[in-house]
Amino acid sequence: MKCKQFLQELTDYLDGKISENLKAELDEHLLWCHECHVVLDTTKKTIEIYRDNQIYELPEDLRSRLHQAIMTKCRKSHHDKKSGH
Amino acid sequence: METIQKKAEEGITSELALVQAAKKGDLEAFSELVKRYDRNVFRIAQHITHNEEDAQDVVQDAFLKAFQNLEQFQGNSKFYTWLVRIAVNEALMRLRRRRNDRTVSLDEDVETEDGAIPREVADWSPNPEQLYGTSELGDILKKTIQGLSPGFRTVFVLRDVEGLSTEETAEMLGLSVPAVKSRLLRARLQLRERLAKYFKSKRGGDGQQ
Repeated sequence: MKCKQFLQELTDYLDGKISENLKAELDEHLLWCHECHVVLDTTKKTIEIYRDNQIYELPEDLRSRLHQAIMTKCRKSHHDKKSGH
Repeated sequence: METIQKKAEEGITSELALVQAAKKGDLEAFSELVKRYDRNVFRIAQHITHNEEDAQDVVQDAFLKAFQNLEQFQGNSKFYTWLVRIAVNEALMRLRRRRNDRTVSLDEDVETEDGAIPREVADWSPNPEQLYGTSELGDILKKTIQGLSPGFRTVFVLRDVEGLSTEETAEMLGLSVPAVKSRLLRARLQLRERLAKYFKSKRGGDGQQ
């Protein structure tokens, strides 16, 4: 197996969506190829960092303002639709 | 026991029940659906638009459109999948408007080789997140993901940040499964490449700290 092939399978490898045979081949490649080992490890860390550090949380006060605005619009739309009939 | 069982059954059917009730004009039921998914929609909208004001508008417009078009929701997919599809379209529209650029789409940048071949192969520090304070780390992560094309970052956010499956992501974005997979690989590799400059081990490529 070459590094290029390893890269092509990287996403499925990380997601655990490959056959036993292919996994064995990839694992063997990892044993001797330090570069692919680093790419695998740091790609895994990249995903974990983004998953563990939510960078765009919705603050509670904004959340309740948005909720009110949404429901006001929905109520109006519902009312308009009913009175239009 | 009976109550517990009843509650469990309600949990399974509640989304469908809420959607059915909302279709009949039950605003309380729709309000529950908003509470259930507003945080996710906001996060996805922020990631796509990079702009808090736009993200707020996307949240409002996506839920309003969903409410107004509930009759068209067939129930073949999950309500959330349908909702996110609406939100992604709204977010892309706002991004286009802000950039005054009609070319922004999920199809752009597919052929790019940027990051497809790893150049940075130095080990990272064992605990990269601890190298920076919370707000500094947040800035690094924001800046880095904002550098990806909209198509790549949308796929990355849905799959890796929101934890949806490849199939669900494909359905939400109107892309094929292989297209999602190829964008996900590129997105992951490009982010990895760009984060390396912040997180790589100070001692370079010897893999030891």
